[in-house]
Amino acid sequence: MSDKATYVRRLGDNALILSQRLCEWCGKGPALEEDMALTNVALDLIGQARLWLSYAAELEGAGQDENQLAFSRDAHLFNNLLLVEQPNGNYADTLVRQFYFDLWHYFLLKELTQSSDARIADIALKSIKEVTYHVRRSGDLIVRLGDGTELSHRMVQTAVDQLWMYSGEMFSSDAVDESMTQAGIAPQTDLLRTQWLQQVQEILTEAGLQMPPADAWMQSGGKQGKHSEHLGYLLAEMQFLQRTYPGASW
Amino acid sequence: MSKEWPLWEVFIRSQHGLAHKHVGSLHAPDDEMAINNARDVYTRRNEGVGIWVVRAADIVSSSPGDKGALFEPANNKVYRHPTFFPMPQEVKNL
Repeated sequence: MSDKATYVRRLGDNALILSQRLCEWCGKGPALEEDMALTNVALDLIGQARLWLSYAAELEGAGQDENQLAFSRDAHLFNNLLLVEQPNGNYADTLVRQFYFDLWHYFLLKELTQSSDARIADIALKSIKEVTYHVRRSGDLIVRLGDGTELSHRMVQTAVDQLWMYSGEMFSSDAVDESMTQAGIAPQTDLLRTQWLQQVQEILTEAGLQMPPADAWMQSGGKQGKHSEHLGYLLAEMQFLQRTYPGASW
Repeated sequence: MSKEWPLWEVFIRSQHGLAHKHVGSLHAPDDEMAINNARDVYTRRNEGVGIWVVRAADIVSSSPGDKGALFEPANNKVYRHPTFFPMPQEVKNL
């Protein structure tokens, strides 16, 4: 598989897996309004996942479409970040995971709109409108909960600390990333890291929360297909129908 | 602090030139979140170009018991309707 196909597949897998995670809140959100807001984000992400994965399928040229990529791959063939497959936990965990992801997603898409690959630039341009809202919403909620009650403050701080070790993978760079940067297709990951750290620091400070050390030890492996145990369970639920009744449609 | 968020009424302008129309209500802790929630709950199908939210408690409404006093007097003043006056044939497109 070409580096570009892998790169695009990673983008699609992030959106797909995070969307599936958010869907688990459907009907169980802490308030009707939150429930709908979160599932709206999930819907935006699934739309983006379709665009990325159908492009990835074309680049791979193996005769698959976006549905087959989503529903018939095993866990080790998924290239999403470890962050997005982490379980929902409590609402603070879900929001912090979203906050870390949205900020990175926003800065990344902003750069991808300048990509030398026209199709990638197009998808980024379409997605960034949605993600601009996501990032506004999750940052806003972090400030509210961090600066809220003693309990909400404590829960958000705990989530910030626990999920921190999954944030580094967003800025890790392997051979695929490097060849994409060289081809002008994707931005440099350390550029994104500087922007991300600065913005996280600003929002956490406003929320009265402590940012963990930037040089802390970080988990990695998701992009290369080495996942936590959580992904298997998520896929079992997401893929059950297509695996049991291949090709079933509405 | 009350556990329940206050109630807000939501008004959406469906397109430029039209008035904002009441579409429903929602709960939110403050005005900013009320706008965000209104966007998420009431504009999912491309319904609007503008949103107003008003705290339900800030709306002053007429009392249903006053219906007679407020609205009935208008009933017997048919000349307030333009259709009461016969128009000459020559005046078209009125």
